[in-house]
This record gives sequence, structure tokens and C-alpha cells, in this order.
Amino acid sequence: MATLAQDKPKSWLSDLSLDGTIIRLFIIVAALFAIFSLARPDAFPTVRNLQSMAFQSAEIGILALAVALAMLTGGIDLSINSTANLTAVLAALLLTNFKDTAPELAVVGAFLIALVIGPLCGAFNGFLVAHVGIPPILATLGTMTLFKGIGTVITKGAAIFAIPQFAFIGNGDILGIPIPFIIFLVVAALVGMMMSRTRYGFEVYLLGTNPLAARFSGINNRSVLMRTYITSGLLSALAGLISLGRTNAARVDFGESYVLLTIMICVLGGINPAGGAGRMVGVVLALVALQLLSTGMNMVLFTSSGANFFKEAAWGATLLLVLVVELISARWKQRSRRKLKSEG
Amino acid sequence: MSEEILRVQGISKSFAGVQALNHVDLTINRGEIACLVGENGSGKSTFIKIICGVYTPDEGEIFLNGRRYKQLRPIDSIHEGVQVIFQDFSLFPNLTVAENIALNQQVAQGRRFVNWREVNAIARQALERINVSIPLDVTVSELSVANKQLVAISRAMLQNARLIIMDEPTTALTHREVEALYKVVRGLQAQGISVLFVSHKLNEVQALAERVIIFRNGMKVIDTPAQEMTQEKIAYYMTGHDIAESRYEYQAKDAPIALEVSNLSRKGAFSDVSFRLRAGEIVGVTGLLGSGRTELALALFGAQPAESGTISLGGQTVSIRSIQDAVRHGIGYVPEDRLTEGLFLEQSIANNIVVRIMKSFAGRGGLIDSVRKAAEASNWVQHLSIKTRNPQLPVKSLSGGNQQRVVIAKWLASLPRVLILNGPTVGVDVGSKEEIHTIIKELAQQGLAILVISDDIPELFQICNRILLMQRGRLVNEFETQAIDEATLADHLLETVNQGQ
Repeated sequence: MATLAQDKPKSWLSDLSLDGTIIRLFIIVAALFAIFSLARPDAFPTVRNLQSMAFQSAEIGILALAVALAMLTGGIDLSINSTANLTAVLAALLLTNFKDTAPELAVVGAFLIALVIGPLCGAFNGFLVAHVGIPPILATLGTMTLFKGIGTVITKGAAIFAIPQFAFIGNGDILGIPIPFIIFLVVAALVGMMMSRTRYGFEVYLLGTNPLAARFSGINNRSVLMRTYITSGLLSALAGLISLGRTNAARVDFGESYVLLTIMICVLGGINPAGGAGRMVGVVLALVALQLLSTGMNMVLFTSSGANFFKEAAWGATLLLVLVVELISARWKQRSRRKLKSEG
Repeated sequence: MSEEILRVQGISKSFAGVQALNHVDLTINRGEIACLVGENGSGKSTFIKIICGVYTPDEGEIFLNGRRYKQLRPIDSIHEGVQVIFQDFSLFPNLTVAENIALNQQVAQGRRFVNWREVNAIARQALERINVSIPLDVTVSELSVANKQLVAISRAMLQNARLIIMDEPTTALTHREVEALYKVVRGLQAQGISVLFVSHKLNEVQALAERVIIFRNGMKVIDTPAQEMTQEKIAYYMTGHDIAESRYEYQAKDAPIALEVSNLSRKGAFSDVSFRLRAGEIVGVTGLLGSGRTELALALFGAQPAESGTISLGGQTVSIRSIQDAVRHGIGYVPEDRLTEGLFLEQSIANNIVVRIMKSFAGRGGLIDSVRKAAEASNWVQHLSIKTRNPQLPVKSLSGGNQQRVVIAKWLASLPRVLILNGPTVGVDVGSKEEIHTIIKELAQQGLAILVISDDIPELFQICNRILLMQRGRLVNEFETQAIDEATLADHLLETVNQGQ
């Protein structure tokens, strides 16, 4: 009998080890990169284009990680964008109020605001889901509207501007690599490690697989859910700061399409919406694939880098394609297993 | 009058490598009351599901009323007059008695509008046919279990039933209700309807059946007129050995008390329960459904905490308000429903085993040492001889018996002081059952205090040194298994039911 790779005890490298979903995503990323590089060798594989793509994807990437956490528990977090915007609004208010007196201190203060507001919003979600028992999709639909409403009351709907000293977090770069993208990669690595290598992450997967069995195994479901939504809120707040830095403004209705987009990235990245399965590496790869696709389509179809008309159609089509391929390969695997059994 | 209603020949069926039925031949004649007996996992329910067209057998032939079916579909089975009364009766609890009985027929006739006068008339006639009276306009959820069953039977009659299969029909009935059911069954027989009564209760078999068919391990081991059988013989054929041989010998009679429960109560579940459990003891808790046996276990495990009374572990009074409290004090619980409460089916065998001890693998910065985790899981796989080629495979790839060992391993890994097992071998095949019993006995010999909740009396006799009998939420009796035999316990069980009337 052939020994399986799984027979070996897993090392820490297992965080990055390959499975079917990850391999498929790698192939998609590589293929997209190759196709668009061949189609537009002048514009696509350039440092400037790579930088621009990295700038564009960081916030959405962090928000996607936040959604992925909630999805792994079998829930969802629709309030990510409202949390991000509320954080950005409050941070922008602080920055504008102190822009003449103590701008550097205000920048630190903006981070402190994110550290407080994000977990607070998340804790409220967690409370509704874990303690009150409202289904996550409804609880976070409510808080999504509530957080946005609070932001609207504060701003009266107007945009609030940040200050130049804050721009580095959204526009700066280190050795040519955009700071937002570095933040995203660090966050993704930390979250990935947390999910695959800590007891908390382990309990999230088990809870997402079967909450009743988790309870009957002595796992404190409520505490695991609270921690998950608090982390999700913290990540959302961080994304809010990045978009504030990048656009130099905070609006309560900024990026409203992000919510569904992040869910799509998660599903494409192999996170099971029912909970309990999927890896952060997959989310990162799915993000990269969609970014390549939208930028590439744009370059091929429109010589000017203007409006991204084809972006959404392409993304939707990709998601459906990947889901269909996954389904077919699962069926094929099942069939070959059955065949094997009837022969054996 | 030996007209054949049902004949099956050489039927086999396996699931995920487990042979549930192995070349079974069986015939049922018109107007016959036959009893199908077997332990949990003997293939009874698989057999029923094949007869009603839910499962397709891997091999073998099915004849209904003389017609041969290669691919029996549920609708064929219904047309041939096969009706199954499942344990949950498949009734609509929010509809009235009349609606439940008659609507099916109205729907089957393709009516667009319901004729309510007809509905009531049909329902009344159907109930008269089995000679019972139940108010027609009561919603079914308000009926007693026994009456729900009668509604299900009369509904089956309307489908021109020729063979009615009853799956463990007496599980939740009182003694008097059982007698009433027998009368109904004999009435069916008088009308030429055959009844296949599925049960694992020995006394029922003797009271009702004309013929006894016994399944063990997916095979029909005997098929004989009922008068040739005794309870001992039935038990022998069911288990394949004499039960008295393998009882648990409890040696250390003065071992320290591991668990002491005094005056434990929870409203609507159990009241004033007191008992002691010594290290190395295996104590069974039995009683009928609704006696409070499961509720007592859930209270000790903190899932549904007790409202008054005390629980002491190793001489210290502890407060158990939640499952976290219970596990912290070293109480483990192997639940009744392994699939929904015990296992993470899609997760690996290894992950299922180490749930309780993840903390111990955390090293620097809280990071889990995966190498040690895998090694610990492999140890338990070996220790409890869980049959798998790789502990990283999902636990759903295992058979029922091996899955149950995974649940047991999960608790053993956390080194509990008291282990509560609720229905430890439900849905486990006979061979595995024996092995799980052996594991339980070995654990007790090593000093673990074990509480077994079960309604499987032969099982309790095999593994327990003491049995507590519960009825209506109270502990009513206690027996040393050395001192009595199964029949006596069965009598006591029935006696308590009769007193309850």
C-alpha cells in the first residue's frame, strides 16, 4: 500500500502545505498572470502595475480575512465595512481636530481609536450571536445598519478629511512595496498562524464543524465566538484606517460593495460557508486572482486604465467557474472511490 | 392460508465496508404476526428500509405479493401494501387527528380542494377499523405517544395495507398501552393483515408473536415458531453466547468513593436522586424512556445542571453549573447520539481525539506542537485498536464501533475521574460491541469510576456490577448484578410501570 504524505506528522510548514483547493488557486493565479502578461507585455508585468494592484487590494484583503474568520465558525460578518467606516470617521475627526496642535499625537490617537472601536463593534456582534443567540447573518445585518447609522449621525452624511501626516498608511511604500500591502501580508500571516497553530484556531474549526459536539466536548462556544467576532472587528477597523490613509477621506457609505466582494473572495479561497473548513492561504490567493483578473481584463479590453467595467462580470464568472470545477472534481473523486471499492 | 405477502432471497447490503445484511432469506405470509428480533446493529433497520424501498440491496431478490422487484422504489412498496410505522410515526404534529389520517389519501387522489366532511368520515371509519376511539379534532401534538401510534396505524390502514411493519413500537409505551397495542395488532391479523413486529424486548416477543426471526450481525440466525423459543434461547441467538459468562467482577469493594450524589433534583426531569459510585465500579442506570436517566447524566455533565442537591467528587463537594465545570472536575460524557453530539464528522480522527487536551500541546507563544499532537492521537488509535490506515482521515470514514472508540478516546485522553457513557453501544455491530465492553471493563479495573446509562438490559448485565433503576425521575431500586438475573430485572422494570398506572 502506498504511504500517504499525511502519514508523516505535520511540521509547522503545514500552514503552507498544499491541498487541492490551494493548488487550483495557484494554477489560476499563475495562468492569469501569464495570459495578461502575454496580452499586454508593455503594461501588465511592470513594477508600476504590480504596485498599483497591491495598493488596491490590501483593504479588501484584510476585510476578507475578517469575514473568513466568522465564516469558519459557521457564521458571517456583514458589518465589516460599517465597522471600518465608523472607525475611519472617528479617526478622521480626531485627526482634523488636532491637525494644527498635535498632528503626530493625533496619528497615534487614530490607531488607538481603531484598537478600541473595532473590538467594541465586534464584541457587540459576538454578544448578539453567542449570548442572545441571533443567527449571525441577521445579527450582523442589524449592526451593519446600526454602525453606519451612528456614523451618519456623527458626520451628517458628509465626508471628513484626514491629514497629510496620516497618508503613509495608505499611500506609503517600503522598498517599493506598498505599506498597505505589507500590513495585509503581516496580518494574513498572523491570522493564518492563529487559525492553524493555536488552540483557539483549532476550536474555531471544531465549532464550525459541529457546534453541538463542540459543546459536548467542553469547548466554551460562547467564548470562541466572542473572540472571533472581536478579531473580525479589529481587522475591519484596521482596514478602515488604511482606506482613510489611501483616500484621505472618511465617508460612512465608502466601499459598500466590499461586503459581498469579500464573501466571494472567501468562498473562492475555499472557506466553507457552512463553517469548519478552509485556509487563510486560500483567501490570499483568491484575492490575488481576482485582482489580476480585474486589472488584466481592464488592460486588455480598454487601452486606457479608466473605469473597470468588466471587473464584476469577470469576478462573478470566475467564482461560478471555480465552484463548478470544485463540484465536478469532488464528484469525480467520489465516483473513483466507489469504483475502487467495487473492484476491491 | 399460506399466501405469501413478502419473500426476500439472498439479500445483502453493506455501508462503507460494514456488512449490514448478509444473504438474508425471509418470507411473511398473509395474516401472520412475526417478530423480528436483534440487537442494535444487527441489520433490522436496514432490512426494513430495503422492504420499503429506501435502500436498494447490493444483492438478492424481493417478491411482494408474488411480483418480483429488481429495483424496488418506495412507491412500489406502498402500492403493494407495505406500510411502516416508524418510531417517530411521521405524523404532522400541528394538524388534527382527522387531517393526519385522511389528508394523505385526499392528496393521493389528486384533489385540489379538501372536502372536510369527507375527511372526518374517512378518519372515523379508519379508527373504527382498528376499534379505537380518539377525538378527531384534537391536534396530534396533544396526544399521548400511544394514541399517536394508533393514528399512524389507522392512516396506514387507509393505504390498503397488507403488511404493517412496526419499528420498536413499544419503546415509549406504558404496560397498559402495550396491552392495548397487542389487541390492535391481533385485530389487524383477524382482517388478514400481516404484521412484522420489530423489537429487542424478549417478553414482547413471547406475548405476541407466532413466529420469531432473529438477526445477528446482518444474518438471519433463526426463524422458528414462537412456542419453540424461550427467553434464554432468544437472548442466546441474539448475542451468540450465554450472557452470564462474561459479567464484570468488581473486586475492590472498599475503594474510595469517586462520585457521590445526594438529593439531586431538576424540575420536570428527576428528583431526590442519591447514590454513590466507587472507583473501579461500573454502575448501570436504567429505566424506560422518560424515566429521567438521560437527564440525570446531563445534569452530572453540566449540560442541564441540577437545581438542588449536591455532587461530590473524591469527597469534595463541587458545583457543576456548566459543561466546563464538569470537565474541569474530571467528568467525561460519551453522549447518546454519537453523530450529532460526540463527533466532528468531517474532521480527522486525530483532531477528534485531541479536542480535550489541546492545551497540553501549546508551547512557546501558544503555538501547538503538531508533532506531539499527531503522536498522542496515534497512541490512542493504537491503544483502543481503532481500525484506520491513517489517523488524519476524517472520522466519518470509520464504522460505528470505531467511531464510538474515538469518542471514548477523546475522554480518556483527558484522564477523567468519572466517565458517563450514555448508550455506549447504540448502532455498533455485535463484534465491536463486545470489544467496547472489554475496553469499559478494563478501564474500571484500572480504577476509573464508570456510569453506564442504557435501556439494553443484556448489556447492563454484561458490564455492570450494580444497576440503578429509575422511574418517573426517581431512583426506585438498586441491584447487585451478581444477585439477580435479567428476567428479574425485566420484571422489576414492568412492575414499576404497572405501579405508575
